[in-house]
Amino acid sequence: MAARTLFEKIWNGHIVAELGEGADLLYIDRIFLHERTGAIALKGLTEKNRPLRHPENIFCTIDHIVDTFPGRTDETQVPGGKEFIQTTRKSALSAGITLFDIDDPGHGIVHVISPEQGIVLPGLTLICPDSHTCSQGAFGALAFGVGSTEVEHAMATSTLRLERPRTMQVLFEGELRKNVTAKDMILFLIGQYTAIGGSGYAVEFCGEAVTNLNMEARITLCNMAVEFGAFTGMIAPDEKTYAYLEGRSYAPKGEHWHKALKDWQGLKSDDKAIFDKRITIAAEDISPMITWGTNPGQAMAIDARVPDPVKMNDKHNRAAAEKALNYMDISPGTKLTNLVISGAFIGSCTNSRLSDLRRAGRILKGRKVADGVRAICVPGSQRVKQEAEAEGLDKIFKNAGFEWRESGCSLCFYAGGESFGFQERVVTSTNRNFESRQGPATRSHLASPETVAASAILGRIAGPDDLNSLNGVMGRNDIAKPNDREGQ
Amino acid sequence: MRPFKILKGISLPLMRINVDTDCIIPSREMKRVSKTGLGEGLFAGWRYKEPISRTPDPEFILNNVKYAGAQILLSGMNFGCGSSREHAVWAMIEYGFRVIIAPSFGGIFYNNCVRNGLLPVTLPENDIGLLVEWIIQNPRQNQLTIDLEKQIVSGPEVMAFHFNISPQDKDMLLQGLDMIDVTLLCQDDIMAFEKKDGQDRPWAKLA
Ligand code: SF4
Repeated sequence: MAARTLFEKIWNGHIVAELGEGADLLYIDRIFLHERTGAIALKGLTEKNRPLRHPENIFCTIDHIVDTFPGRTDETQVPGGKEFIQTTRKSALSAGITLFDIDDPGHGIVHVISPEQGIVLPGLTLICPDSHTCSQGAFGALAFGVGSTEVEHAMATSTLRLERPRTMQVLFEGELRKNVTAKDMILFLIGQYTAIGGSGYAVEFCGEAVTNLNMEARITLCNMAVEFGAFTGMIAPDEKTYAYLEGRSYAPKGEHWHKALKDWQGLKSDDKAIFDKRITIAAEDISPMITWGTNPGQAMAIDARVPDPVKMNDKHNRAAAEKALNYMDISPGTKLTNLVISGAFIGSCTNSRLSDLRRAGRILKGRKVADGVRAICVPGSQRVKQEAEAEGLDKIFKNAGFEWRESGCSLCFYAGGESFGFQERVVTSTNRNFESRQGPATRSHLASPETVAASAILGRIAGPDDLNSLNGVMGRNDIAKPNDREGQ
Repeated sequence: MRPFKILKGISLPLMRINVDTDCIIPSREMKRVSKTGLGEGLFAGWRYKEPISRTPDPEFILNNVKYAGAQILLSGMNFGCGSSREHAVWAMIEYGFRVIIAPSFGGIFYNNCVRNGLLPVTLPENDIGLLVEWIIQNPRQNQLTIDLEKQIVSGPEVMAFHFNISPQDKDMLLQGLDMIDVTLLCQDDIMAFEKKDGQDRPWAKLA
């Protein structure tokens, strides 16, 4: 048999019928919904009296607009939010699908809880009406975001009509430097190859720096494949993947587990497989990264200087950079590390898992958030929250001056409720720095959780290294103990 | 879904790159579990003076009377990137747009367009530049014709551009089909797949 890529193996294994001209009817194994875009799909089916083909394969959470304050209820600050929440609950229950409700111990952000529950598995196809579904490709699944109409189609037929994307391999060779994380890897890639660099491709991340990452960091890497413009991102499963999944609620058990393990061994790109495009990056070239503009491709090393639009050749890029710098209130040529901030956010499906909180906590321990900075930590799920509390991370965050919240998307995006405020500058562990994403006219800088933590402490944009040189409270090694680094 | 065959109409050049779906319809404008009531929120962050108000910002092109009644939007690369919210497409349709012409689109947004009868036309940046130039110089003759059957965008002058679209998408748009009905005709294929798959991958099944 001809050599095939991981993507091709999964795609080909799911073809129900060929539709001609490169389009296939593809079988969909799992569907996840959330209240912001999923309730409307359920409603659409009910209105047309269409049954769900496999309700047992469909899961739903209420993560997007639910409040994250302690003691929350269905009431939310988002206008009309209560209706979204209650309609979702009602439709989910009457449709007979599994709902992770607000008070469920399994509650959390869709892309955090799907892996936690073992709902995503290697070799599966999984969709959700949410663009960051690509996060789950970290498990060697074909997971991708779709619109609400598509999800209706999949719920009614267990299939989707799709055109086969092209394939791209992104190879991260060698080892990452200290304090450089999966978030920095993906920001580096998008910064170098732009927000449309991956357009039309299913991207497989490989190489030593990728296999060295733990599962949570791999999710971070795949999470922003969509910011690279890609159809999805994925990573071949390995021992770390199996170890993570074994025993999870919806993961296969007993004989099925052993059969699955056998099948999963073949889930990798063959040595001679041909990708439509290949990109190679030397991992040691990557520094802690930060964005300076209003799309994730406008990213640079934290100690670099903001580019000057005048020097950009492409007129659209120049216009976009000028507009972005104006919005962000930043002058070309400056160093971002001089900018004072008023907000710091650690959360979202990008960086809200236990290892993210541990690494940030390591920096926050024994320190205080600077005056004038509103710092918020929102664990990605109730399980993350509980595990963090069991090891005392909540105290470290709270003692430092961070708010410690209930799980949800929270301030990752502004939906008319809570916001970081007009023109406030925020360093954030999220994935989108679009205009007004975190509040009307809010200026968002994307970075790793450790950079957010360091910035919160210093009250200005700062990388974890800056903290050392400044107050010398801790030695370099204390900031990231080897056992807390992502490369485990 | 409303079929799309041919359309002649006014076009509006929104020449920015990376127009994301948060910009097309800010999340705060999605107030009900509904596909309607979104037109007013289209481009709300740019269209109104303050985020909460409804006072039009005269600087924003959508508020320029020259382009009143526009059904065709011209824009820059990566249009519709970002969030998968289909509300972006519903809002554009409710406002009155039937065609978007851009050098490239966000993938999920593109599919959402096709499934709702909003025609996404991919043209090279240079061709779009020529169209925009022409419209700006000849505001009174701002009329483009989009013929999906022939896959041609043409202006009143000699200008005419061919565009590509996959046969599947073209068919869906031309016929305005509900794809669930179409797929349900493949019932036998789906059942055959499930039968075999149940034996091949028992571990993948949830009961
Ligand atoms: S955390 Fe942010 S990016 Fe992730 S699913 Fe929620 S809103 Fe979307």
